[in-house]
Amino acid sequence: MTQSPETRSDPALVQEGMITRFLRATEIDTRLLGMIGALVLIWVGFQIAGDLRNGNGVFLTPRNLWILLVQTASIAVMTTGMVMIIVMRHIDLSVGSLLAFVAVVMGYSQVYILGPWLGVGHPAIWIISVIIGLCTGALIGAFHGYLISYAGIPSFIVTLGGLIVWRGAAWAVIRGETVAPMDERFELMGGGPFYSSIGATATWIIGILICVLILLGIRSGRSARSKFRFPQRPIWAEAFLVAMGFALTIGTVLLVNSYYFPPKLAADYAALHNIPIPEGGLLISRGFAIPVLIAAVVGLGMTFIATRTQFGRYIYAIGGNPEAAELAGVNTRKITLLMFTLMGVLAAVSACISSARLNAASNALGLFDELYVIAATVIGGTSLAGGVGTIYGAMLGALVMQSLQSGMTLLNFDSAYKDMAVGSVLVFAVWLDQIYRRRAN
Amino acid sequence: MFKATVAALTGALILGATVPALAKDKTIAVSWKTFQEERWKTDEAAIKAAVTAAGNKYVSTDAQGSAEKQAKDIEGLITQKVDVLIIVAYDSDAILPSIKAARDAGVKTMAYDVQFEDPSALYITFDNIGVGRLMAKEVQKVKPAGNYAFIKGDKGDPNATFLFKGIMEVLGDAIKAGKIKNSCETFTDGWKPDNAQKNMEQCLTSTGNKIDAVVSENDGMASGVVAALKAQGMDGSVAVSGQDGDLAAINRVALGTQTVSIWKDARQLGKKAGELANMIADGTAIDKLPGVTKFNLGKKGVEMNSILLEPTTITKDTLNLAIDAGHISKEKACAGVKAGTVKACG
Repeated sequence: MTQSPETRSDPALVQEGMITRFLRATEIDTRLLGMIGALVLIWVGFQIAGDLRNGNGVFLTPRNLWILLVQTASIAVMTTGMVMIIVMRHIDLSVGSLLAFVAVVMGYSQVYILGPWLGVGHPAIWIISVIIGLCTGALIGAFHGYLISYAGIPSFIVTLGGLIVWRGAAWAVIRGETVAPMDERFELMGGGPFYSSIGATATWIIGILICVLILLGIRSGRSARSKFRFPQRPIWAEAFLVAMGFALTIGTVLLVNSYYFPPKLAADYAALHNIPIPEGGLLISRGFAIPVLIAAVVGLGMTFIATRTQFGRYIYAIGGNPEAAELAGVNTRKITLLMFTLMGVLAAVSACISSARLNAASNALGLFDELYVIAATVIGGTSLAGGVGTIYGAMLGALVMQSLQSGMTLLNFDSAYKDMAVGSVLVFAVWLDQIYRRRAN
Repeated sequence: MFKATVAALTGALILGATVPALAKDKTIAVSWKTFQEERWKTDEAAIKAAVTAAGNKYVSTDAQGSAEKQAKDIEGLITQKVDVLIIVAYDSDAILPSIKAARDAGVKTMAYDVQFEDPSALYITFDNIGVGRLMAKEVQKVKPAGNYAFIKGDKGDPNATFLFKGIMEVLGDAIKAGKIKNSCETFTDGWKPDNAQKNMEQCLTSTGNKIDAVVSENDGMASGVVAALKAQGMDGSVAVSGQDGDLAAINRVALGTQTVSIWKDARQLGKKAGELANMIADGTAIDKLPGVTKFNLGKKGVEMNSILLEPTTITKDTLNLAIDAGHISKEKACAGVKAGTVKACG
């Protein structure tokens, strides 16, 4: 009873081309395919450009791709919330300033309160300051949400005010000083020091877990479809999806595992653990970086919230038609308040990543991040008209933007040209999306 | 040797300046552009101390970040018949009519830190091109040859280019001779530390970690540079420059992960300005002041009498300068430093 024949018995489908049939059977989002295609083009393009310009391109090396993922993590985390905010027909311009404020509060608490109180290097410092940071982010987000939903001030204005207020507040907390260094354990969230990536073995375990999850997901999808008598994907399409998922996962594992620690750090590690250094040097794999794992977990969690919870469905319902949602009994005010609270928490998570990565907190942190977050979200296919947008799309959008910036820096482009390119890509991506939507309708 | 001479000269100047302050009951006024930035409080305390020490009276106004308010402030101060007017201009063009009014009323003016181009005024500031020279010199001392990376400030800020001019004055010959290779050179949007970190990561990737020295144009960006170097285990072995005397940067200098921070001590500038104002109030002509030079590198190229102060170079060996001046506490400067590695930390 697992097979249902609808897809093949429809005569109209027989006449479809190979590609259309393939896409229909696998149910792959063609926009997603387009984004991945664009990403591949950008990556290969930068590799070739590097080959031509410097004799050896470094873009497609494990090292560069690993760093690229770490560099994207902070923005990617915030895009997951921005998607839902924009889907709800709101905007949040304050995330960059909020990030700075939270980072400064965490830095201040580590250096001036927790450090002297518990003793510098105490193992509880990082977790207490992270909790302080997340609560600060949540409170500010809730405050924004309250002003928007209950006081009725447009989100553009509230968060524009927030953009100015929180950057000023960040300055006021530490009087413009840079707080550094951060707690040693806290710093691990940034991906810089030795233990901030999890090593080869743990990376393999996570990779295999993901593969198992893919299998389980496909299986539960099939049983759910048969339960509700929905048409099934053909077996070959399921097999294809599983194969693609496995290839992507294992490929990523192999990639991050083939970026090794530089000889000096490896030698330090060997000396510390009494490991003899073999001839040709000791190769220690980095594996997944902690900030990338944080971003991945946030991405999964937010996808779950968006697609599998009542809260998520309400958000899409509000975005699709606010009046209809209201009339259908959705408490739009409460949902708005909660969503901005969630955005505040996500900005705080990004604050952890950014300040840990820099190993310092200053009021300059996250400047212009709101623009990059919104741009990445829009490049990722979120419609500013509301109602449409996916979390994986936005995260991919963030990766596309960071790829462009990193690639051009590798080629020694002046930052003026980088800005011009990134801005043009933003407009171009939205234009492509418009064309796609008109065709799809 | 050079530094010692400069220090001796500066000391002599300061001593020389305080001695002839005999006349009393002159009024020295300062028109501040804003007190929103904390640093001006430091400047004010120093000016006030120097002025009152000579028995003169100190008055001040705060323009609260408005060119119009500043024009009214100055009008009021002229009416009060102050003797010398020190101005931190909010807008260096909009201020010019006010300067003319002061000149007509016989009030002597000084441009403090922010230049306005009026030949009758005295311009006092730190030597900004010199900052670039100083940081390049210190880095070159540590790494006379090898691959250099240049992390420049925001492309829209003329200071970024000024600094680079000074840097190249020092390193240009070594680059031409092939001793120093310019491996990466990039502007940093908004002088942002996290952008500097990304740029440095890309630089290390494209050169395969073959970098011996990084000339970063300020301390904030140096923090990003050091974080990128740390991820490759290269912090401490690569020379890194900066400026501003950021507290975190001074700590990095003590730890050895940053080579130098060029520090413009607002107290020094304020004290000097106060003393010069006393002398002008006593009737010393502006072009006869000790240490005065001609400066014409402003936007319009107007030649002005100016006093350019040499900033302080903070390295491992001169760390005590920042501690002794009360700019940073010893605990903060020496946090995490192993005993016996840095003299100032013990």
